[in-house]
Amino acid sequence: MRITVTVDGVTYSDEVEPRMLLVQYLRERLGKVGTVVGCDTSNCGACTVHLDGHSVKSCSVLAVQADGCEVTTIEGLARDGQLHPVQQAFHDNHALQCGFCTPGMIMQAIDLLADNPEPTEDAVRQGLEGNLCRCTGYQNIVRAVRDAAERMRPGAGPEVERVSEGATAHAVGGGE
Amino acid sequence: MIPSAFDYVAPSTVEEAVRALAEAGEDAKVLAGGQSLLPVLRMRLAAPSTVVDLGRIAELRGVHEDGDRLVIGAMTTHYDVQRDPLVRQHALLLALATDTVADPQVRHRGTFGGSLAHADPAGDLLAPALALDAEMVVAGPNGRRTVPAEDFFVDYFTTALAPDELLVQVRVPKFSGWGAHYEKFNRVAQAWSIVAVAAAVRVDGGSIAEARVGLTNMASTPVRARGVEEALIGRPATAETIRAAAQHAAEGTQPVTDANADADYRRHLVEVLTSRAVTAAAAG
Amino acid sequence: MTATIEPELGRPRRRKEDARLITGRTRWTDNIALPGLLHMAVLRSPLAHAKISRLDAEAARSMPGVIAVLTGTDLAEQQGSLPCAWPITPDMASPQHPALAVDEVRFAGEPVALVVARSAAEARDAVEAIDVDYEDLPVVLDMEAALADGSPLVHQDLGTNRCATWVFDSGEAGTGEDVDRVIAEARERGDVVLERRFRQQRLIPAFMEPRSVVVDPTGEQITMWSATQVPHILRLMLAMTLGVPEQKIRVIAPDVGGGFGGKLQVTPEEVLTFLAARRIGRPVKWTESRSESMVSAHHGRDQIQRLTLAARRDGTLLGLKVDLLADMGAYLGLVTPGIPILGAFMFNAIYKLPAYRFSCTNVFTNKTWTDAYRGAGRPEATYAIERMMDELAAELGKDPLEVREQNWIKHEEFPYTTVAGLTYDSGNYEAATEEAKRLFDYQALRREQAERRERGDAVQLGIGVSTYTEMCGLAPSRVLGSLSYGAGGWEHAAIRMLATGKVEVITGSSPHGQGHETAWSQIIADKLGVPFEDVEVIHGDTQSAHKGMDTYGSRSLSVGGVAAAMAADRVIEKASKIAAHLLECSEDDLEFTAGRFAVRGTDRGTAIQEVALAAFAAHDLPEGVEPSLDAEVTFDPENFSFPHGTHLCAAEVDTETGRVRIRSYVCVDDVGKVVNPLIVEGQVHGGLAQGIAQALYEEAVFDEMGTLTTATLADYLVPSAADLPTFTTARTETPATTNPLGVKGVGEAGTIASTPAVVNAVVDAVRHLGVNDVDMPCTPMRVWHAIHRGAGAAPTEMATGAEAGGGLGSIDGGDQ
Repeated sequence: MRITVTVDGVTYSDEVEPRMLLVQYLRERLGKVGTVVGCDTSNCGACTVHLDGHSVKSCSVLAVQADGCEVTTIEGLARDGQLHPVQQAFHDNHALQCGFCTPGMIMQAIDLLADNPEPTEDAVRQGLEGNLCRCTGYQNIVRAVRDAAERMRPGAGPEVERVSEGATAHAVGGGE
Repeated sequence: MIPSAFDYVAPSTVEEAVRALAEAGEDAKVLAGGQSLLPVLRMRLAAPSTVVDLGRIAELRGVHEDGDRLVIGAMTTHYDVQRDPLVRQHALLLALATDTVADPQVRHRGTFGGSLAHADPAGDLLAPALALDAEMVVAGPNGRRTVPAEDFFVDYFTTALAPDELLVQVRVPKFSGWGAHYEKFNRVAQAWSIVAVAAAVRVDGGSIAEARVGLTNMASTPVRARGVEEALIGRPATAETIRAAAQHAAEGTQPVTDANADADYRRHLVEVLTSRAVTAAAAG
Repeated sequence: MTATIEPELGRPRRRKEDARLITGRTRWTDNIALPGLLHMAVLRSPLAHAKISRLDAEAARSMPGVIAVLTGTDLAEQQGSLPCAWPITPDMASPQHPALAVDEVRFAGEPVALVVARSAAEARDAVEAIDVDYEDLPVVLDMEAALADGSPLVHQDLGTNRCATWVFDSGEAGTGEDVDRVIAEARERGDVVLERRFRQQRLIPAFMEPRSVVVDPTGEQITMWSATQVPHILRLMLAMTLGVPEQKIRVIAPDVGGGFGGKLQVTPEEVLTFLAARRIGRPVKWTESRSESMVSAHHGRDQIQRLTLAARRDGTLLGLKVDLLADMGAYLGLVTPGIPILGAFMFNAIYKLPAYRFSCTNVFTNKTWTDAYRGAGRPEATYAIERMMDELAAELGKDPLEVREQNWIKHEEFPYTTVAGLTYDSGNYEAATEEAKRLFDYQALRREQAERRERGDAVQLGIGVSTYTEMCGLAPSRVLGSLSYGAGGWEHAAIRMLATGKVEVITGSSPHGQGHETAWSQIIADKLGVPFEDVEVIHGDTQSAHKGMDTYGSRSLSVGGVAAAMAADRVIEKASKIAAHLLECSEDDLEFTAGRFAVRGTDRGTAIQEVALAAFAAHDLPEGVEPSLDAEVTFDPENFSFPHGTHLCAAEVDTETGRVRIRSYVCVDDVGKVVNPLIVEGQVHGGLAQGIAQALYEEAVFDEMGTLTTATLADYLVPSAADLPTFTTARTETPATTNPLGVKGVGEAGTIASTPAVVNAVVDAVRHLGVNDVDMPCTPMRVWHAIHRGAGAAPTEMATGAEAGGGLGSIDGGDQ
């Protein structure tokens, strides 16, 4: 089946088997191996990407369901070498160890901040309930997300990604 | 893991979808949000010949009013249900239960109708739908029919839907001005309910004028706690009333024993949670 | 200008590793794509014990894209037996451990056949088409049942399910008294003698990155990429197991997504991928699914612990007797039998104990084999003794901290040789405890607890204590030798001084999230006085880091990091000779600080980078000096290191539902000198999460047929951010005296200490209701049953109902 998907700003048109998962399409066809698979029951959240501006688990979406959609992955966040503020906050707060959960964690954190730009600690924890990390005990992840919230203007997030040049993200990221 | 191969159709109208289902026969699966179906396919617990994706049928999404009813499209996502002002105004219990479903990413994809049709007794939307007397609008080869919630849930993962039928709408009476609460008990945040209680009450002049209580995961289907409702209605909204009424919560339930909870514990839990849910609903 | 201004050691450097990990530019094994790459899938036994009576792979062989289907019979001659490097006793029963079952399967999940195909999907499709007939054999799952006369045998040829019994007796070893006599005397005198039985539930390491292996057989060396903690051990073991010359194998551990002991293994799938690729002559990849990982990657813990503790009525400890049963599962992995033995030296913990006996019987059952999981032996020991200390305090009506203080080794008593024969070099239990009490506001919480009890609140408060120590820095080779371990415990490091003055550090330690690239850079920048950014750390490839013992047992910094620091000292020694020559002075006149050799009392000097260039040019070197500053060191520690600390947990227990909520958690750890406090804090956080998860959430459960019922992350409850509290962490610092960096290790401390702190808090909250134990994990149901049945633990094995809601059971439903 032929699908057309825009991933990290580039439009791709491909023939895929209906059973191909979105995450497989990203990894195996597009070489977007920054997005990873950690489970087969949609519990771990490692495969989280944004589909038309909302976080989804790309292991629980068929590639054919993404036909005509826009996908943003961890690889589409940094622009012109400038990290997204959430990426920067993860680095600054030591919010990762092995880093396997990190792409999904960052993508979900961005989504959560789009819905709630000034989350309490509890809101951050609840907002990340679908992302498992085995290394950090989450403490520095929570810290990083709240730190990122402070760095980001209200309303930034998935909307930011849809700005074609990503100017908003740059301004915030560069304001450190 | 990777699902077994299947054919895929993505109809754009309900009629096309019904026809596609009929053509595909018994081995077809309907794909709504896919948040339960895709893990099942990946684990190869099911291997349908055809998957009929409802995702392209615009009329199945959204919430609107129809007189004294709210009409929720079966393909309305949890995320949209949670935030819908009409739902929060007229069916707060549904919105609150939806808040507890799985996790944010799953709520972005998972759908109200999909959860109901999946009919997992641990699913969080069945008991509220039952408690609120929701009606399921079902489309099939011979047109549409309406099935009340109490007839819709038949057994574990089994509904009144025939293999060639689709759930297209859920019609919910308006419960404007009612207090509501969904008390969910699970072991970790994204886990399924061990037991949960859906309560909606209307308090009038300090007394409980009306009450609805539904139970999650206390039998092979959601359970309406009519004994609790009867013991609440017409009585003052006090801790004593509620505690006494909650003693009826386990009546008529058939809880299972599993690794997280044995049946005795579930029977006990449902009383505690009923008391808490009704108390919170009465306060709201 | 090359001098670093701020000292590197102790500096909270942000990690070098992060740049690629936060942007998705990662090199997980599963990301690797090679020309002509094929994919392997494994058929696994659905039964816990059965004869393979027929295996028909014909249909699978003719499926589209299938290159090869191989069975145990096909590989029987080549696959050898998977290695167990730790025969703990001379008479240990040691079964054959085939990578692919040949005629019998002994646990559900055991590999039975493999398919290699063009795509992973086609390989999986073909696996489904393999037809196997099994003939059921009796299953034994329970350790006590397995040891009973007439039990079905996991391995018929061994004639027993008893793998080995290992004993340490302080009376026999001369390190203490005869504990049986001490306990008997205590009973006669009417002293306190407490007996308890604790259960260490079975756990699953559940690293986030599923295991993956790629083997490329097309070069002169066969190259294996694997998501492993132990590339060096893996190469050696592949060579020994398969009879392949060691120099013909190269193993690479690229980015590895966590391990926690779970990737300290030589796996069947590594061997199978190797054999399949070699046979076919094309690169082959195998990546497991999570559910495959849950059933087939080794599990951890799983012990039954029987303890007898004797103490005087004043609280003074007299003796401890420990009898363990440890579940090996169906086979022995790399260090399976030795894991419980690592606990033998830790049951006495921080206490002055006059008499001690440890006996452990290892048992075979028809379950997934066990092996290392974070802490490995030491969490089990710490749990048991710290639970017993709380029980003793309750028995005596004393504060649990008071009983501990009465018995612990005072700071002025170090070095101290324990009843288990180890010499603790340093520590200050008083200081850590004092700080923990302050941060926790211990007295205020005790007051609140009393008030809640008084009021009969539905929610009761409990306070749990754990004052732990552990042995890190595995390990002095002579000690490993005395324990019959199959290798040494040294570590290797090398430093290459490049012509431009930049530095490459090669380490035999193999990180998978610990931040070695950052920490080693700090150590070397500090030693050589070069900028942090100028140091590159190379690891995890047997071609570039040719020698190593890898990463586990909190050994990286205290053995590998020390080796790197010592290698830097050798570089300086070599550079010093050349610097003296260049500066036309005696070596004795030189002092080396902040990267510069200076002639004492003058302003003359030269930077180490200039010396590196001079060595490279080699135009003017002193007589007999080689043109290189490069140096290497293999460091064998003389002793373990002994981090310690005090953990305090306040837990609320809802007596109506049994739910436990951690209200506050304070830990003060003493891990010696710290290279990077950010990394140390992160290790503590993660360790706490895993230890708390054992106390409250995680358990691998098998049904009566031997099927793992917690085989997905929907059923095996790894906690999320929403399930864990915020931790208050702090440190005291007593440098280790057994290594030049003064470091002790931190990788396992949080896990070891936290489990008993949490369970002690739960029991403390409801002890007045007649509860003196709750089995782990302390689920709401278990806690509620414990309260309502009065004393003792709730039943732990629950029969599983045929069909409960909340799973993936939507096979028949009209699911949308």
